Amino acid sequence: MNQSTKSLLSRRNASDSPRAKGARGESDRFYVWTLRGFAALFSAILLEFVYSIVHQSWPAWTHEGLTLLTGTTWNPANSVYGGLPLILDTVISTLVALLFAVPVGLGTALVLNFVLPRRLQTITASMVELLAAIPSVVYGLWGLYVLVPWMSTTIQPWLGRLSGGAWPFSGDPLGAGIMLASTVLAVMILPTIVAISRDVIAALPKDLNEGALSLGASRSQVLRKVILPSAKSGILGAISLGAGRALGETVAVLMVIGGNAQMPRSLFSVGATLASTIATEYTEASPGNVAALGALAVILMVLTAAVNAFARRLVRRTGALSS
Amino acid sequence: MNDSLDAAIQDGAVVGEFVTDPLLQLRKVNVSFSGRVAVRDVSFDVAPNKITALIGPSGSGKTTILRSLNRLHDLTKGAKVEGDLLLGGVDIYKGGIATMLLRSRIGMVFQRPNPFPTLSIYDNVVSGLRFNGIRKKSLLDEAAESALISAALWDSVSSRMKAHASTLSGGEQQRLCIARALAVEPEILLMDEPTSSLDPVSTQRIEELMTELKNRVTMIIVTHNMQQAARVSDNCAFLLMAEDRAGELIEFAPTSKIFHDPSDPRTVDYVNGRFG
Amino acid sequence: MSDLLNTLPPDPIYDRREKIRAITAKTLRRRTRLSQLFVGAISTTLVIALVPLVLVLYTIVQRGGSDLTLAFVTKLPQVPTIGQQNAIGGIGNAIVGTLIVAAMAAAMAIPLSLILGLYLVEMNTRLARIFRGGVEILSGIPSILLGVFAYIFIVIPQHHFSAFAASVALALLMTPVITKAVETAIRGVPDAVTEAGLALGARRSVVARRVVLPAARPGIITGTLLALARAMGETAPLLLIIGATDSSTWDLNPFHSMSALPTLTYFYSNSSFPSQHRAAWGVALVLVVLVLILNVTSRLISARLSRRAQA
Ligand SMILES: Nc1ncnc2c1ncn2[C@@H]1O[C@H](COP(=O)(O)OP(=O)(O)O)[C@@H](O)[C@H]1O
Ligand SMILES: [Mg+2]
Repeated sequence: MNQSTKSLLSRRNASDSPRAKGARGESDRFYVWTLRGFAALFSAILLEFVYSIVHQSWPAWTHEGLTLLTGTTWNPANSVYGGLPLILDTVISTLVALLFAVPVGLGTALVLNFVLPRRLQTITASMVELLAAIPSVVYGLWGLYVLVPWMSTTIQPWLGRLSGGAWPFSGDPLGAGIMLASTVLAVMILPTIVAISRDVIAALPKDLNEGALSLGASRSQVLRKVILPSAKSGILGAISLGAGRALGETVAVLMVIGGNAQMPRSLFSVGATLASTIATEYTEASPGNVAALGALAVILMVLTAAVNAFARRLVRRTGALSS
Repeated sequence: MNDSLDAAIQDGAVVGEFVTDPLLQLRKVNVSFSGRVAVRDVSFDVAPNKITALIGPSGSGKTTILRSLNRLHDLTKGAKVEGDLLLGGVDIYKGGIATMLLRSRIGMVFQRPNPFPTLSIYDNVVSGLRFNGIRKKSLLDEAAESALISAALWDSVSSRMKAHASTLSGGEQQRLCIARALAVEPEILLMDEPTSSLDPVSTQRIEELMTELKNRVTMIIVTHNMQQAARVSDNCAFLLMAEDRAGELIEFAPTSKIFHDPSDPRTVDYVNGRFG
Repeated sequence: MSDLLNTLPPDPIYDRREKIRAITAKTLRRRTRLSQLFVGAISTTLVIALVPLVLVLYTIVQRGGSDLTLAFVTKLPQVPTIGQQNAIGGIGNAIVGTLIVAAMAAAMAIPLSLILGLYLVEMNTRLARIFRGGVEILSGIPSILLGVFAYIFIVIPQHHFSAFAASVALALLMTPVITKAVETAIRGVPDAVTEAGLALGARRSVVARRVVLPAARPGIITGTLLALARAMGETAPLLLIIGATDSSTWDLNPFHSMSALPTLTYFYSNSSFPSQHRAAWGVALVLVVLVLILNVTSRLISARLSRRAQA
């Protein structure tokens, strides 16, 4: 993938006759300007995207100021726009999802690279990646009708008993809530984490594996002491990409988190995230509320863009970025 | 075991009769990948505290033989190693030696330096010992120092043991890999074209090193470079690809004989640079 | 030999070798056991990773499979009434709606992405690199925000929900994915192919259109199908802009609101009629089948591609 050699334009070609050059130079210029024109057009759309969302939220920022970030009550019906519960629910559900998805994802990536025979690797990896193909509304449906009952009658009572009802397993076992949202999110971001960390690990020199084995290392020593540390920054990137997806996931979370904007008290709490609140309240909002919802959109945009930029930087450094 | 030895000698396969008290014996070793034979009927002896060189054109199976000695082919699906490979009289594959133990007795240095990128110089050197369960700081320090001295690296790194291995030059990295392998105190060190990615000065250092290391460890080196084989090795095995692209041992003899008085006309051609 | 050994001074190296071997042998069992445990543990994680896929697919098929009748996929929805609690009708308009929205999105995203992909390959400027960064950031932006954008940009000025607005949001979602695929595929075209075209004296634009893009076609198709599959399943932006989740007409005007499979799934799952709850699984099944067809086709093409590359 040498970036510089492929440009048609950077090629000199020997058959350039002076006469042909005139007409062709003209046409090449047209070609270049077409490419540039569309790139400019698309850039304009991107800028308009950012501008219109920020612009819409402007009244809320001037009016409410930092309350949008730090206020603990979100109640648009009474024009109270504290965004903190939504931000917390968004971040907490993502972090807990990572807690589930990271060990499973990394283990899977290691198995795919080092344990499974070659023939099974591709097919198994494709199956894991199919998880990403299933639409989020389907995960939501599954969460709502299969996981909610299971959580409320089995898992949460069990966790409650086990912990004696101590934080973070306190509260009524409602099923729907932050914990369930995290579970569904974990499933949804798993393929991202697996695919990227698998690529990152596969891009490591084969010599590392053989070098460690040749010193008498066991298989787990190679993986734990050599492979994982060497792939560390790429894996962190993979995790961040997964986190970026989880932060912005809307419908699946909306369907299982309970839809109640309140400061989270435990993992069993019902809640609402930035994205789920925008989805449910936006189209029916009064003008004042629209600005506040726009502010939520800005917060979400900044959050996900920052996490993604960070992630891509890390993954690109390893030379394994494929998606 | 004696049966196969006799058989090999009867077949006229080349065995190191001039090697007394061999540390390692190969008898009719065959290696195949998914049925395709890559190495056929190779037999020779490795003398202790000597350097044995494997020479031959590219694809003649030198690396394949080397990797069969510390069972690295175990990682490759479809790879099959047959014949007898005896370390001190015990078969490496069939004699019940645990692979992990075997590899701590037979170390390896690779074509390209492969220090562990996230570890410091010190942690690289003692990594093999730690893998093998050694925790005692005094033993680690002692082994690290001795290995680094033997690898002619002690003077330049003793003051910066905490630095990352990647801060070393290519030649230094390769010597670090040699030190890392030596620290486990292996009996045999396998080296697969250890200087092919290095500049002439670094190459010369490593060649000098090898001669000095002989009293510490027995070495088997694969090399492309005929002069290198002539300079450093005591015994030399010359391999060539047969019609079906399987590598075969053409001649095994003391290095001086291989280079000055080879018995096989193909060896004559090769050492005189006439093919390969 | 033994005489020789006796004359040599005691050697610290052999001492140390003995010590090391002793410890190595002693720890071997533990290390082996630990290693087996670890490999067992990570193998378990693979199984855990596959469980949700199996469970989700199983549940959808089990609960939605019986809905898959000709009437269900071709008829219009029928709203349950007191008299007819179980009436559900079909989802024909939602299927067609999803296909229309996806087609419109593809019609916008594909040509745009081809040009943007060419731009990224052709231009090696600072500006192009910044542009690439922008496209990458866009690919990580939550889809709900694209819905908000389409709402502000199209729904508000037009004063009504529309399939068109939905397709714009989906096109924005697809463009970074396809652009990336186009760029990667073009960079994979062998230099010789491009040079042969240029050597004939053809214009760059002609070489790009007639030689480079066709040579990159399989990779581009793969990426496009994946993007399309993803867009078809998108629900969040549609919730804001397509309206009419409960539409039961064949109104296919793209500037009107339209029914679509993801929004219908959502609507049914929230419904107060048990029959619609049940039907949500049927809608989800149809949606998953559509998406998986695109996804698997794309995978097969790319598998064939990499097999050919290896040969
Ligand atoms: N992992 C492998 N899978 C299949 N064939 C292999 C593998 N390793 C080596 N070979 C084959 O074995 C033969 C000898 O290779 P090698 O030992 O690397 O030669 P040399 O080191 O002498 O250049 C080659 O024909 C090569 O194709
Ligand atoms: Mg080789």
